Amino acid sequence: MSDKLNFHYDVDGENFTSAGQASVSVKKNLRQLGVDAEIIRRISIAMYEGEINMVIHAGGGVADVEVDDTGVIIILSDKGPGIADVELAMQEGYSTAPDGVRSLGFGAGMGLPNMKRYTDEMIVDSVVGEGTTITMKVNF
Amino acid sequence: MTINEIKEILNAEVVCDGNLNAEVLSACGSDMMSDVLAFVKDQAVLLTGLVNAQVIRTAVMMDMACVVFVRSKKPTADMIEIAKESGIVILATDKRMYEACGQLYESGLKGTNVR
Repeated sequence: MSDKLNFHYDVDGENFTSAGQASVSVKKNLRQLGVDAEIIRRISIAMYEGEINMVIHAGGGVADVEVDDTGVIIILSDKGPGIADVELAMQEGYSTAPDGVRSLGFGAGMGLPNMKRYTDEMIVDSVVGEGTTITMKVNF
Repeated sequence: MTINEIKEILNAEVVCDGNLNAEVLSACGSDMMSDVLAFVKDQAVLLTGLVNAQVIRTAVMMDMACVVFVRSKKPTADMIEIAKESGIVILATDKRMYEACGQLYESGLKGTNVR
């Protein structure tokens, strides 16, 4: 793989049922490229958690995935409320998700920690009132 | 243990068919998908009482072979469709979570402590 491959997805913020479709698509694409199964799993879980976050907290957003020889970069960008205290949000179990989300199986305060755990690099760039951009990299 | 053995132990119904002879080595039981996603290694079976599309998508992300719905919960048609696409077997049992997990554990299907 000498060229860069780019994938772009719009994440619908209104539809919880469809959340995760972009991650499933990325997973399929990486499998076709012959990427190692364990690495694919890490990438798709990190992206899936990010996608769910965008739907729960930010009314959706966009996801861009870039694949090259060295690894995969995932950029998740939204125009949601932003994260007031990123350090606090990174703590396992800390959640600001509404109660209704917990009945859907999320909102356990594990999203951001899981994303960090499964990626080699993660940068959270968030401005309260403007939105959040999360950049994650998984190396091959 | 095979998925077919799980079906027998839990007296479960096959809701979405697939490879029932697949060998599975570990399982987890949870209604919180983020907790399931926190343990990346070799979880082949998910037991849950939660019914929505994200349960199946979580199983897809984790490369799981089988989802077991406890307490007589039944998946919707769109959930079965997602499972079918990914070759995930869905079972449904009327046993409750504690009992279903306990019976599988007792029969040799252990959890996973690898993080």
